Amino acid sequence: MSQSSPEPAMPVSRPTPDTAEWFERIDREELTVPRCGTCGHHFLYPRMCCPRCGSREVALVPASGRGTIASFVLNNRPPPGFEGQTPYAIALVDLEEGPRMMAQVRGVDPAEVTVDLPVRAVFEPRGERRVVQFEVVGNGQEESS
Amino acid sequence: MSLRGAVAIVGAAESTELGKVPHMSALQLHVDAALNALADAGISPSEVDGVACAGESPVDVADYLGIVPEYLDGTNVGGSSYMLHVRHAMAAISAGLCETVLVTHGESGRSRVGMTTWRPAPQSAMAQLEMPYGPIGAPALFPIGVRRYMAEYGMTAEQLAMVPVVQRQWAAMNPRAKLRDPITVADVLASPVIADPVHLLHCCLVTDGGGALVLTSAERARSMDLAAPPVYVLGAGESSESSVVQGLESLTSSRAIRLGGERAFAQAGVGHGEVDHLMIYDAFAHVPLYGLEDLGFVGRGEAPAFVADGNTAPGGRLPLNTNGGGLAYTHTGMYGMFAIQESVRQVRGQAPAQVDGVDVSVCTGVGGMFMSSGTLVLGSEATL
Ligand SMILES: [Zn+2]
Repeated sequence: MSQSSPEPAMPVSRPTPDTAEWFERIDREELTVPRCGTCGHHFLYPRMCCPRCGSREVALVPASGRGTIASFVLNNRPPPGFEGQTPYAIALVDLEEGPRMMAQVRGVDPAEVTVDLPVRAVFEPRGERRVVQFEVVGNGQEESS
Repeated sequence: MSLRGAVAIVGAAESTELGKVPHMSALQLHVDAALNALADAGISPSEVDGVACAGESPVDVADYLGIVPEYLDGTNVGGSSYMLHVRHAMAAISAGLCETVLVTHGESGRSRVGMTTWRPAPQSAMAQLEMPYGPIGAPALFPIGVRRYMAEYGMTAEQLAMVPVVQRQWAAMNPRAKLRDPITVADVLASPVIADPVHLLHCCLVTDGGGALVLTSAERARSMDLAAPPVYVLGAGESSESSVVQGLESLTSSRAIRLGGERAFAQAGVGHGEVDHLMIYDAFAHVPLYGLEDLGFVGRGEAPAFVADGNTAPGGRLPLNTNGGGLAYTHTGMYGMFAIQESVRQVRGQAPAQVDGVDVSVCTGVGGMFMSSGTLVLGSEATL
């Protein structure tokens, strides 16, 4: 926790060698998904081998950032760093490429969040890092691309 | 070689006290329960040659009790660990690796005496991929599929609330249960929101306590002078999947419960209609609903109405979580041992809320957020 940060620190991931590149690309505001070079399977979490076929031929490929909300909770009990935001939606998002990832749904009244809602990835600055969050598509925001 | 009925539970007991036990460490709770279970079996620690436990090390439990082990099992896959210990002991005893296995559990979940502070390891998938989004822990992460379940199957908030309501009806008959006052659906929905749709009364207790089992071969069990009849392990199964919810195959079903359950039923050769009594791990209210479906007692999407209609309640056709469960009885953190204890009591005919004529009881444990599961089919002498 740096002394220059006035707010309680929100956690960021501490990557391991098998996840480092995936997180580094997120820090460059680029969402990718690991893809198996042998069987073509897209998967998350990032790892050194394909969980479908065991191949070590794994490469990160660009993800569209589009997805739909598979499920969510509206959290009312914030851990340190998340005070003042409650309730907030912690969702599992099904990416267009297939894998599922966790993130918050931002920029929308939590009461408006529903299952199957289309969302897109945004990159939230957190210290020196970026954290993937999702916004509801068509929620008064301009499409950026 | 069929292991069906080859091994029996000849001792089963919980710690002397449950709930708030600040004068005992977690290891002491293992030992207190172990001494009670050994007394129940009528044997001394020197007659034990195998030790299994989670949380603490089986080395420490064996040494504390002066046991000289020839078999150690430190399998720790969370709350279902004890079902796996029983299954592994079943194999080890049948293969002649050891003769008598002591399985122990103890946690100072509430008082935190002799416990290390729990936090996910920094290198874990949970720390890297879930903690940055601000979950409060299991109460926010474990039920995350519930909204999907509601969307797919039309489960209402009122139906989900019926799980704790019905389990309080059982707890009311159990003097050892921590929460015994009746509650209504309105009470559940009026309790504080933890992580919507989860309210406080959908969540398990946090308690101190322990439990232990003594297992030996069916052959030896018959030669022992036992206070209670042996309870036979008819079948057992186990499986696992992701320790992060985003890695689970389904948000409305547990693959680990399904696969472990299928294996246990197949080994036992028991049909669902022959099951007299059922325990399903209930860290949160939705878990028994998933379990009823994944174990095959009801079809997909049918569990909420099944519970709301009273089928699992006192007088119902499938008594479920008759000790009050983790929601009302006790929940130290890894609850699975207490589910086994209640199955043993019911088969022995010694439960406080005894169901008439229990010959077959099934108990299912869950670890993590559906990360692991183990199922045991236990039976009386009449089932052999
Ligand atoms: Zn592959």
